[in-house]
Amino acid sequence: MPLVATEFTPWSALAGGVLIGLSSVMLMLFFGRIAGIIGVVARAVSAVAVPAIDRNWRIAFIVGLFAAPLTVMAITGSPVEQTVSDNLPLMAFAGLLVGFGTALGFGCTSGHGVCGLARLSRRSMVSVAVFMGAAIATVYILRHATGVL
Amino acid sequence: MRVLFGFLSGLLFGLGLVVSGMANPAKVLSFLDLFGAWDPSLIFVMGGAVVVTFVGYRLVLKRSAPMFMSGFDLPGTRLIDARLVLGAMVFGIGWGIGGYCPGPALTALPLLAPGTLVFVPAMLVGIWGGVILRGSTLFTRNQKEATA
Repeated sequence: MPLVATEFTPWSALAGGVLIGLSSVMLMLFFGRIAGIIGVVARAVSAVAVPAIDRNWRIAFIVGLFAAPLTVMAITGSPVEQTVSDNLPLMAFAGLLVGFGTALGFGCTSGHGVCGLARLSRRSMVSVAVFMGAAIATVYILRHATGVL
Repeated sequence: MRVLFGFLSGLLFGLGLVVSGMANPAKVLSFLDLFGAWDPSLIFVMGGAVVVTFVGYRLVLKRSAPMFMSGFDLPGTRLIDARLVLGAMVFGIGWGIGGYCPGPALTALPLLAPGTLVFVPAMLVGIWGGVILRGSTLFTRNQKEATA
């Protein structure tokens, strides 16, 4: 990952967070389900089996995710700002760890981090503390201790 | 109806990720880089999302059922076990390497960055592996099955 400094953007961050929260509340209101992306994906691709009635809306949810950056580009007329590492083997390894870890640990940043914390779940508090700690330690090791990234 | 509202929920979630900057791995890594040029923006993303969800859930869960399903399906387990901790640890390491958690990675897929195009399929492979392992007897012996 090239070391790219980013600006502190509290207002857009807060606005985006509110949208994410509203979407989580909508999922509970419409479908009675936690807005955990990894759970949605696992059931959409049938890694976890569910009846079709409980799968189709999840596929539509993922299509909605895909539509989001395209919508933003259509409205603003400019590309979405993004810097992604070009180290493809490393990104593949990262993807493998993220998928494996979130499935094994029953949730990710959205399921444990947003919905779980909002439900004051002890389980989610433990999960968030562990994955935050592991991620911060990983970035420290890669950027400062070894300078790999 | 289910499909339409599923799509709209996903669109809103994705817009939140794009607007907040979470779909940009550089921004996420700057947040995780406490000992570098730290960018605390993501605290505001999490804070905003958790507060809205906290209030919204309290209103919604007063209903007897959601609009399009027969009942609420909430994780009932309170089990804090090896799967939860190991899984979170592995996820955190992957998050710290790539700067993507699952939602932003999927949302950023149409932007077609090469890194994203290899990250997402690898993530799907990982999900299959994680689901299989979490249900294996290695973890579930003498334990009540967890959900989610």
